[in-house]
Amino acid sequence: MAQTNPQSSLQVGTWDQLKTRLNRGIWPYLLITTYSLVVTLLLFRNPSTSRNTDILFVLFLGIMLLTYKMALRPEFKLAIAALFLGIGLPYFGTLNPFYMDIATMVGIFVVLALGLNVTVGFVGLLDLGYIAFYAAGAYLWAIFSTRQAQNIFPGLAHLFPVPPSWFFIFMLLALVVGACMGLLLGSPVLRLRGDYLAIVTLGFGEVIRVLATNLDRPVNITNGAQGIRDIGRPPLFFEPWVREMGVDLSQGQLYQLFFYFLVLLVLGFMIMVVYRLSNSRIGRAWTAIREDETAAIAMGVPLVRMKLTAFAVGASFAAVMGTIFAAKQLFINPPTFDLLRSINVLSMVILGGMGSIPGVILGATLVTLLNLQLLPRLARELSVLQIPSQFDPTQYQRMLFGLLLILMTIFRPAGILPEDRRRQELEGNAIDVPAEIEQSPPQATEPDVGMKS
Amino acid sequence: MALLQAKNVTKQFGGLLAVNDVTLTIDRGSIVSVIGPNGAGKTTFFNVLTGIYKPDKGSITFNGQSLLNLRSDQITACGITRTFQNIRLFNNMTVLENVLVGMHSRLHAPMWNIIFRTPTMRQEERQARQKARELLHFVGLDDKRDDLAKNLPYGDQRRLEIARALASEPKMVLLDEPTAGMNPHETASATRLIQRLRDDMGVTVVLIEHDMKVVMSISERISVLDYGIKIAEGTPDDIRANPRVIEAYLGKGATQESEATHQDPEITTQEAEVHTTPEVRRQKPAL
Repeated sequence: MAQTNPQSSLQVGTWDQLKTRLNRGIWPYLLITTYSLVVTLLLFRNPSTSRNTDILFVLFLGIMLLTYKMALRPEFKLAIAALFLGIGLPYFGTLNPFYMDIATMVGIFVVLALGLNVTVGFVGLLDLGYIAFYAAGAYLWAIFSTRQAQNIFPGLAHLFPVPPSWFFIFMLLALVVGACMGLLLGSPVLRLRGDYLAIVTLGFGEVIRVLATNLDRPVNITNGAQGIRDIGRPPLFFEPWVREMGVDLSQGQLYQLFFYFLVLLVLGFMIMVVYRLSNSRIGRAWTAIREDETAAIAMGVPLVRMKLTAFAVGASFAAVMGTIFAAKQLFINPPTFDLLRSINVLSMVILGGMGSIPGVILGATLVTLLNLQLLPRLARELSVLQIPSQFDPTQYQRMLFGLLLILMTIFRPAGILPEDRRRQELEGNAIDVPAEIEQSPPQATEPDVGMKS
Repeated sequence: MALLQAKNVTKQFGGLLAVNDVTLTIDRGSIVSVIGPNGAGKTTFFNVLTGIYKPDKGSITFNGQSLLNLRSDQITACGITRTFQNIRLFNNMTVLENVLVGMHSRLHAPMWNIIFRTPTMRQEERQARQKARELLHFVGLDDKRDDLAKNLPYGDQRRLEIARALASEPKMVLLDEPTAGMNPHETASATRLIQRLRDDMGVTVVLIEHDMKVVMSISERISVLDYGIKIAEGTPDDIRANPRVIEAYLGKGATQESEATHQDPEITTQEAEVHTTPEVRRQKPAL
């Protein structure tokens, strides 16, 4: 946290002093309230897609980061998050659907990055084929919500496509399918470490993509390279209530809102799951495996089971997000799930800070914003310079992103918000020590070694 | 009563017989040392006992149960834990977390309970933290519980390893050179701690140790390995007088020399000398 601790107060600069002062008492509450209200009002007055709105949108998301960083009561933090993510952002989304879409994609990628963080960040197993689980979830819903499934079960053709309301059942099904796939990938690679593991998982990711490309013959399951279109959407079960409340929105807008809230819901659940797991015996075992596998086994950590659990947890959430993504996009094809996507998610984890939940959330948000919004915007702005078309800046998006990654790894190798186990332990301090322990005399305190000489 | 019985244990690496037909019985509640020159197979023997290596031959029975087909973590759950020669803490975890990891085999909350923070899970977690702090208090590290393990001074890291090993409620701990690299002062305090493991916690202690002062002062029995073979076993006094042991440590010439001078005083190496100094004898009752 931004609070300065006594050790570092020896060498605080003016900036740190200011930070400390502003982070005490009522100041953070005033600051965060003013900041978020100003930014939100400015954003609402600028609904058109433009450079200014882009900047304001980023500042708006910055509310979350500030809230996280400042010394506020947890209830207040939650209230801010609920207010701005639950009301502010969706309202702005009705004014400008483009930003709504970006916010939804940010949510999807945050969940993916958090899932990958379980294997890469917590357990330290490099997984380069993570997107395969996402693909599995997407294809699961895509196949069964279209006529595609009739090819697989010709005898049961009348059952498919499944009714739209089954979407929710399929989300649960994807959770199971994803977990099973995680186990499937996990079990053969348990004995591998480092580079070998990375190569095997990379192969796995490619296998899934190639399967998706080629499973149109002999039985057309995935419709090959053409992809699947007209994917089913869940019913807008809440439409009548919204209409009753006098909100007049088109179906498209309602769907946008629906997917946004669905993603937000899954995201909230995901954050709860990873946070609680990481603070439990399972999470500690994961970190122990990352730190020293041999010592972990010797301390009674069942390596196989813990690694498989990690693969399953990460994979299941990716698959759930896959189903949501498929329903949202209405169209998926194999290139959506190529190696670059896997690497993209990995870069979110690394950029944010491996093993750090807030870091990964920030990393995923930043990378998604950069890829979808900021870098294209920058390229468009630069095109004013009349650069010859051979040097068209739109071509350089990826290069800028790469440059950013390089700079990050040089200057903040542990990520933007690195894993901080000390802060987490502050909660441990609250645990009562039994009276007899506190009162028992300090045992055999050794005299200072220096005194002897 | 025998807690651990290793019979004819053999472990081979290619052409090297690291542990050769070693038979060892360890009584419940005793402190036993395994000594021997470098490369004698002591650590390999520990690795076999804790399931990191599978023995090529022989049998190991602990508390009436065969350990041969158990994985390392299952052996830990049975009640054997260890520390490592080159400290192997979980460096980027806090001191408290290190101990909590050691408790893994005693915690059972299933994933579902963890995700939904059921009262049972919360209580288990609370008790675990409580117990971890008691253990840290026992080794004298409770006030450093929130530090990262890697930031502890060397002696404290050794203590933390012991606390972490104790967390699994072991019946027996294997300490691999617990005082390696310590100054005399730290060594003395570590020796006291080892003694207390047995006296206060009732844990059977087996240690590999090179510091003869430590070995002779706290062991009830000593086994000597050389080139993977057990060459001697007995009380500290037996071992001190055993010509084969002196030979293993100092070479053949030393044996003849010491026999010629009726043992003791002429032995010049530090290790052999230490255990005969009056200082050690003075210290012993204090322990």
